[in-house]
Amino acid sequence: MIALSDYLILAAILFGISVAGIFLNRKNIIVLLMSIELMLLAVNINFIAFSHYLGDIAGQVFVFFILTVAAAEAAIGLAILVVLFRNKHTINVEDLDSLKG
Amino acid sequence: MEFEIPKMSAALPEMFVLGMACLILVIDLFLTDKNRIITYLLAQATLVGAAIASLGYQFGSPEIAFNGSFIRDAMGDTLKVFIYLSVFVVFLYSRSYLQARNLFRGEFFVLGLFGVLGMMIMVSAHSLLTLYLGLELLSLSMYALVAMNRDSSYSSEAAMKYFVLGALASGMLLYGMSMLYGVTGSLELSQISAGVATAGAGNMVLVFGLVFTVVGLAFKLGAVPFHMWVPDVYHGSPTAVTVYIGSAPKIAAFAMVMRLLVDGLEGLQEHWQGMLVILAILSLALGNITAIAQTNIKRMLAYSTIAHVGYLLLGVLSGSDSGYASAMFYTIVYALMSLGGFGMIMLLSRTGFEADRLDDFKGLNERSPWFAFMMLILMFSMAGVPVFLGFWAKLSVLSAVVEAEMVWLAAVAVVFSIIGAFYYLRVVKLMYFDKPEDNTPIDSEFDVRVMLSANSLAILVLGLFPGALMSLCVNAFAL
Repeated sequence: MIALSDYLILAAILFGISVAGIFLNRKNIIVLLMSIELMLLAVNINFIAFSHYLGDIAGQVFVFFILTVAAAEAAIGLAILVVLFRNKHTINVEDLDSLKG
Repeated sequence: MEFEIPKMSAALPEMFVLGMACLILVIDLFLTDKNRIITYLLAQATLVGAAIASLGYQFGSPEIAFNGSFIRDAMGDTLKVFIYLSVFVVFLYSRSYLQARNLFRGEFFVLGLFGVLGMMIMVSAHSLLTLYLGLELLSLSMYALVAMNRDSSYSSEAAMKYFVLGALASGMLLYGMSMLYGVTGSLELSQISAGVATAGAGNMVLVFGLVFTVVGLAFKLGAVPFHMWVPDVYHGSPTAVTVYIGSAPKIAAFAMVMRLLVDGLEGLQEHWQGMLVILAILSLALGNITAIAQTNIKRMLAYSTIAHVGYLLLGVLSGSDSGYASAMFYTIVYALMSLGGFGMIMLLSRTGFEADRLDDFKGLNERSPWFAFMMLILMFSMAGVPVFLGFWAKLSVLSAVVEAEMVWLAAVAVVFSIIGAFYYLRVVKLMYFDKPEDNTPIDSEFDVRVMLSANSLAILVLGLFPGALMSLCVNAFAL
């Protein structure tokens, strides 16, 4: 029997990896987008684990909505990425430095 | 299992805006660029219609519909009306600005309306799910709006930064929400509130969830240390989009803070109060001090937004009904001032000239004494000079903090508002005591001139008679 805490630790590790991915990554914006997806999936594991152990269906419904929104978010993110690449001819995170002050 | 038809009438304004936004999306496809104005008029009509739907509906007590995920109460309705008003003014200011830059496309208005729908859902949310969906509807619309000027590398860079940090914030918020759900066993805010009472304020998982929730909220509000996106997004996006982002979404973000922290987690007040104190002090300090160093007025106003968020948080953290009312008052006043400030930048700009440097305001008094006076009202009000509306907003927030027996915090806020007065008054000095750099006459459309004058004069007149607006906010929490 897998305990609730095991799921929560897994989700916490995934969440930690994704946050580290966003902050440590200095090369590629696509990796950033992947980290964001991973973050939402970590949250989904949390919700499903809680939902199962509480015996309450609402958490699983929430997960469906998160998945849908994540798809829409990825679509917008990639669209912005295409526009960015057309203008700057790079997707290197370090080159996003023209706005500062 | 019995099926109950939800009380649709509670969400009538939302349904109206949704229907109209979809309709406008389709109608816009059949319009040529010459009669694109129809899209604009329909969008404005939608906002007016939504305001009628919101105001024309009477109810005695807060009404909860859709199995507890939607609430209609006095605070929500008041905030919604101000959201319609802000977006109406934004669309009005934007029309000629967008036409001059070849950006006058249907997307701006459709995305703007979907953003309004998102804000309405946030304002009326009564469960974590609706709150999240409203927030995402607003955020996704705003990411796309920021990137709307496809040929500008500034805009696309700003959009990318906004997107990454906004998605990070949503992730944090969701992680916090999942913890809250795990402890309380419900997504509905009133049941979460009850669950918090049973679990007790000392529950570690609950506090853990609260931390992530507050971080997510701080990102969305733009409070320091989660403010990195604000100056870049304000600077990089077209001014028409900046004014949109700077006004109505702040009202919605305030509502989100109220729904989550007060409706849902009031039992954890001892914990979130301390977090908000830190966020507020850092925002006041960094916002006001960094704004002094700016040469771009859009960036300067962005840092001033960060400072204003600090004041707003002061009202919320005082944790009483009068404190919430003062924060609500502050938010509405801030939205009005920010509309005027960015509206003025749009008024001075023309094709190929953005008027977004501070130097572009030099000698405005010689070029147009009337609009220099309007800008003076706006700047004095933002600085919190007495008799202008911004002064009453600051006063009410500070008195709420004093009532909560945090006099030292009020003193800190006053010190930073004095520091902040410097950069607002510098704009006034540039307008009145410097020579203009170019003497091109200001050629803006008649409707923009009238609206901007009305906007500034409203701040002056409401500053002389602040009672009506204040009592509106107090009544929102009286029920």
